[in-house]
Amino acid sequence: MSKLYTFLKYFFITFWTVFVVAPFLWAVSTSFKDFQSVNSKVTYIPWLDFEPTLEGWRVLIKSPAKGGVDIVEPYFNSIFVTCTASLISIVLGTLAAYALSRFTFKAGFVRNNDITFFFISQRIMPPIVLSIPFFIFLSTIGLLDSLLGLVVVYIVLLMPIAVWIMVDFFNRVPKELDETALIDGCNPYQAFYKVVLPNSIPGLIVAGMFCIIFGWIDFFFAFILTFTEVQLLPVKVVALNSSITPWWSLSASALVSVAPLIIVAFIVERYLSKGNLSGALK
Amino acid sequence: MNLIGEKISYKPDEQFHLNDVSFNFKKGNLYTILGRTLSGKTTLLKTIAGLLNPDQGSISFEEKDFIKIPVWERNVAMVYQQFINYPHLNVYENITFPLEQRKLSPEQIKKDVDEALKTVGLVGFENRKIQELSGGQQQRVALARSLAKKAKILLLDEPLVNLDYKLREQLREEFKRIFSEGLSQDTILIYSTTDPQEVMELNGEVIVLDEGKVLQKGPAKEIFENPSNLKVAEISNDPPMNVLKGSKNSKNLNFENISLEIPNHFKNLEDRDYNFGIRASEIKLDENGEEFEIELAEISGSETLLHLKRGNSKIIALIEEVMNFKIHEKVKINFNANKFYAFGEDEKLVSSPYGGTNG
Repeated sequence: MSKLYTFLKYFFITFWTVFVVAPFLWAVSTSFKDFQSVNSKVTYIPWLDFEPTLEGWRVLIKSPAKGGVDIVEPYFNSIFVTCTASLISIVLGTLAAYALSRFTFKAGFVRNNDITFFFISQRIMPPIVLSIPFFIFLSTIGLLDSLLGLVVVYIVLLMPIAVWIMVDFFNRVPKELDETALIDGCNPYQAFYKVVLPNSIPGLIVAGMFCIIFGWIDFFFAFILTFTEVQLLPVKVVALNSSITPWWSLSASALVSVAPLIIVAFIVERYLSKGNLSGALK
Repeated sequence: MNLIGEKISYKPDEQFHLNDVSFNFKKGNLYTILGRTLSGKTTLLKTIAGLLNPDQGSISFEEKDFIKIPVWERNVAMVYQQFINYPHLNVYENITFPLEQRKLSPEQIKKDVDEALKTVGLVGFENRKIQELSGGQQQRVALARSLAKKAKILLLDEPLVNLDYKLREQLREEFKRIFSEGLSQDTILIYSTTDPQEVMELNGEVIVLDEGKVLQKGPAKEIFENPSNLKVAEISNDPPMNVLKGSKNSKNLNFENISLEIPNHFKNLEDRDYNFGIRASEIKLDENGEEFEIELAEISGSETLLHLKRGNSKIIALIEEVMNFKIHEKVKINFNANKFYAFGEDEKLVSSPYGGTNG
């Protein structure tokens, strides 16, 4: 029984790992190929099957004038937009979540839960519904095709995630903890940043991770709200796939665009394995 | 110089959490608030701490209007029934937290913390994380934090209720020592509990609270001996005092077709209907006694609790040994008539075996 179990366990883990990792390996190998090795026949092993070349990587940093695709600027645009929007979303979202978790709001029939749901409802809507209002809004205030405009839109997209995760997290932090801080001489602001916040780091990390992921992978709004001035990485990568697809540079750019998420995943994984995310408070 | 509360009411929803509560707490004394769950104990303590503002009434301390002072400037200390400590700090930092908040000198902080750690018996645990401690130790940390503050008002909200039986007994003993040694004569100590035994052991001034109302105030002994009404008699005894509806005539006490001789302290009582009260421990098994049917028998520690029934009356008897009974078995019991209480039909105390009456 236990032997069979062990066998099946490793069998499925291996199967799944291959399933997940194989496309990556394929992308890595393709990124070092040239036109010949991609189009003539199926090749696998560098040096034996095909002669590896750095051409696919080189065009990524070459300017279009010299026949390159230059993803450096979109790359930094993406980093800037994602980080700025995530940071603002986390700061505002955490404050909003704390207020929703600790204070009682009443306005007509609106209560705390309704406000929380209002935040989440922004994510329930299909993005296409929001695209036209956003387009008109940004063009009215003159922020279409600009980094600032994208940051504004991404805050709208990301803050619900931060609020949602942090409300749930703060609800699990006993109210008595804040009260004890007040009794021990903290004013409400000190209670928040000296006691509640240090105990919410796991929640902040999870919320931050989701914001970064959802901000980084967004294609739809980056595509609709930008034209020539500003380009974000996902749009640039997809644009490579035109009439004649340069599979080598497409693979290379796909790899560099997932790299930041892999780094984020490794950082979060360290927290997960330390057990810091669960059971910090019981 | 006392902590005085006058006519405090708090009614956040349909029901009163506090209903016209008044008190006068003197420095250097221990006050216990006895009441069942949801009787308003925690609300009262939170109101004193400043976490809740009453709808009506006033609280003053050292001649100042306490309600106008925010929580963080009141200099009170509170221990919750849940073990509330700061999870991101270790034991030592937990205790220094309020002292650093008050910007005391490092030497003073060290001295106060060491003293508090010694009082609660946690020397050597300074660098432990809170999560590594047992429930009892966590509660000691919370207590140490409260003691180190040297607050003038120390509030303990059912501090032992979430501990297991053994630890509760042990910590209760230590509390008595800590309260007598570790506190200055300046401190007002307010301790809330559901457990009558704790009240008797701590032996302070008692306030019996029910549905937000003060039912009786007085020394522990007085509450135990002369509960002013049936409700107090139920709340201040564990198991609750048994109530038997019956009557007195010139010769006997009668209830459920049982006649008892009139005890001495009932001699002057008017002949009419009464609610008789008798403690579970004053009922004994007796071959020549009255027959009751067993509804349930629970063994707790070295005692057996018998839930008995006869006619419309249900009573609980406390037998001081472990015995096995079958359900629906008949047993014969005897009442100690000298320990009978008489409550009027309005549930007020009329006569007690300790001589107290209610007017």
